[in-house]
This record gives sequence, structure tokens and C-alpha cells, in this order.
Amino acid sequence: MIKSNDYKSLAFATLVSTVVVLGGCHNNDSSSTTPASTKRTFTVVVSNITANQPMSPIGVVLHDLGFHAWIDGQAASTSLEMMAEGGDNSALLADATANTATLDSEGGAGPVAPGGSGEFTLSADNAAAARLTLFSMLVNTNDAFTGLHAYDLSSLAVGQSISLDLPAYDAGTEKNTEAQGTIPGPADGGEGFNTARDDITSKVTIHPGVVTMDDGLASSVLDQSHRFDNPVARVSITRTE
Amino acid sequence: MIKNIMLGSSALMLALSTSVAQAQQITVSVQNLTHGITFTPLLISAHNDSTQLFQTGMAASSELQMMAEGGDISGLKTVLDAANATTVMDPAGGLLGPGDKSPDAAMDTGSNGYLSVVAMMLPTNDGFIGVSGWKIPTAPGTYMIRVNGYDAGTEANDEIINGAGAPGMPGIPAAPGGNGGMNASGVTGTDSNTMVHIHRGNLGDTDPMGGVSDVDSRIHRWLNPVARVTVTVQ
Repeated sequence: MIKSNDYKSLAFATLVSTVVVLGGCHNNDSSSTTPASTKRTFTVVVSNITANQPMSPIGVVLHDLGFHAWIDGQAASTSLEMMAEGGDNSALLADATANTATLDSEGGAGPVAPGGSGEFTLSADNAAAARLTLFSMLVNTNDAFTGLHAYDLSSLAVGQSISLDLPAYDAGTEKNTEAQGTIPGPADGGEGFNTARDDITSKVTIHPGVVTMDDGLASSVLDQSHRFDNPVARVSITRTE
Repeated sequence: MIKNIMLGSSALMLALSTSVAQAQQITVSVQNLTHGITFTPLLISAHNDSTQLFQTGMAASSELQMMAEGGDISGLKTVLDAANATTVMDPAGGLLGPGDKSPDAAMDTGSNGYLSVVAMMLPTNDGFIGVSGWKIPTAPGTYMIRVNGYDAGTEANDEIINGAGAPGMPGIPAAPGGNGGMNASGVTGTDSNTMVHIHRGNLGDTDPMGGVSDVDSRIHRWLNPVARVTVTVQ
């Protein structure tokens, strides 16, 4: 069980302990009486903690309220579908760039192997209310992705870090057949994005996991090594400015 | 909140003095985060600290068993009523499908400071989503609880869909998505852990006309969290 503001409360702890006692602080800026700079710089490190699910080039977006790469329980956008089925983050990053809420964004140079990580630096003026969104496909699947949705960074102090565990989501755009030719990652080398939507649930949900040929799905190209459990990724966010 | 800080110590004292349970207005909604599991009608309750719907490592009550094996929340409602709890039954108006979110249920907690939420997961033998005795914060705000899938420990996970939902009757009541199988021989006849525990997930198979399971491994598996409960304290 987590309270959505646990991490922010921790960030506040050393400076204003009464806030923690009172609890539940939201978007308030306790330093609003100080004319501090609203420039914010964050270092974001995303680690792939799966056994054998390379992650497609990660997209990271720093933004104010108003950008949603996806919403749990709602249908995926075509941009999200392209990322989740084919590992192509360009459309989602273009959506971010076109959104007035976006402060900064970046795309990873290449895939992140299991055990590996990707580092990004995001920076913007007028970013006191900044949130972080990130996304990446688990490429040895039909339409699984991991990510962070609009995480509020407004309470993170300079020099402080937070670490968050990220689950695997199912985009709800492609049935999890695990069949030959349907998975773009190295386990198959098959097709990535196509426009068809044939999933059993046409909504973004938590991914049910892969079955694989080693667990009774004879038509699967995946083996036991491709199985995963949550969390699949971990992100460390440090405010440096 | 800013207001309280600026008012200083007297405001702090006031805030602390309200930490004993007092009537609060809250809303609660539940979202099914699974890809292929359906929840039976939800039970949401604010109750006192001596009431517990379930506890991991402890045997399920007969009322919890009714809920976990057949989706029947009437027994738990009776127990909660006897404890003067504030309880909302079936806010979604029936089943809650994959990805779906129940409407906000408004509750006046009265003197009850703890929240519990349960519903059966279908198709399973005795799997359920559960929050047990979450302390309701006094500070206004929106709080999110990640919910795991539990096994009531009261019925073997044979994964045979035969319509049986009464306590003690083996089998799964239904696969509401209409994607279950038939004629399964059964995954297992016994479960060794008879206490409430984290559900190991469905095994399933890919043979809708036979095999060991009537559950489909491609559709009816899940990973935690299976649900998200959003609580707004006013």
C-alpha cells in the first residue's frame, strides 16, 4: 500500500517536519515566500530489471499537468500503440513536443538490455510544478510496456532523489498470442506495429505476464527466460537544480 | 495545508487532536487493473480497529469464504453492521470488468477510522482483491492504494468452471468474459496453505475442451497489482 505523496513527504521531511505531521500535502510550494528560481533540472536513470526483456529506446517527458501518454483503463492512442507494439517512441515524443504542457523531452539512443540502464537529463525554466512521464516497450512481447505516468516532482528538493518501481502494462491493442512473426524483439524478429486492434481488452491495464512455450503455450516463440513479474523497471530521479 | 502551517503551533495542535477517529466524508473508487479478470460486486467499508475482514497467515472467516468462493458479500455486511461500520455494497452495479473503474462511493465514516475493500476475482476458485484495515488519513487529499490478489485458502484451485459458488463446493462459479473452457480434469485437488495468502495466480491451459484447467492461460493470468483503490478525504 502506498500513499501517493509518500515520496514527497520524505522530500519535505528535513526542512519542514510539521508538514509531514500534518500530512497529505499536495501541490503547495512551502517556499513560496522566497523568490526562488523555478528552473529545475532532473537526472533520470531507468534500469531494466527483467531477466530477458530488452527495453526499447526510452522516452522521457518533463511536463506540467495536461500531458497523458496513456490513462489506465482507457484505450491507447495510436502513438502509444506504435510504442507498445513496435518500440517506436517517435510519435509519443512528437505528441509531447506538440503539447503546451511539455517542458522538456528526450528519447533514448538505443534499447536498454536486461541489467542495463539509460540516463537522461531534463531541464526547464518555470518548472516548479513539473511532472515526469516515461515509457518503453518490453520488446519480447506483443504489446507490453513499462512507464511512469505524470509523476509529480514539485516537492523534490535540490540534491534529493527518489526511486520508484515500475510495473508492466498491457496496451490493450494486440492480442498476446506470442506467435511467430508477431513480436519485434530478438526472441522473434517479427512484426512491430500494425493498426489492427484484436486484444481481449481494449484498455490499458496491468500486463498479465507471458505464458511461453515452456508453460504450455505450444504456439509461443517465447521461452521461460522471457517470463517477468512486477516490477520490471526501476527509475531513480534526482533533482540537481 | 499551507494555511495550517502559517497559523503555526495552534493549528498543529488542532491537527494532532483530530487524529482520533472522527466523522469524515470520504469517497472511494476501485479500478480493476487486470487484463482479463472480472470482479464480483464490491464491498467497501469503514470500520473500527477491532474489526478485520481478513488477515494474511490467518484462516478466512466463513463470511470471507462466502465472498471469495462465490462473490456473496451479504455475510460480511452482517458482520460489519454488527460493528456499526459504514458499508457500501456494489457501487459498480454488478461486475467490474478489466480496466473498469467503479463510480465514487461517498461515505460518512462516523467513528470508524479503518477502510476495507473486497471482491472475488473471476474466474478463480477462491481468489479475491483485498484491502484490510487501511487507516484512513485525517488530512484532506487523494490517496491511492495498490491492491494485491489474495487466495482465501478455503478451496483447492482446481480451475474447473462448474458453476459452484457455495462455500465448500469445489469449482469456479463462472468466467464472465465467456472465454472459459470445459471438461477440465482439474489442476489440483488440495491446497497446502489453508490460511489467507497472496494468490499464486491461475495456471490455466490452452485447451477449451479439456486439459487440466477450464481457465485460459492466455487470458486469465494476472500479475499484481490487480486493482487500485482511490480514496479522497474531504
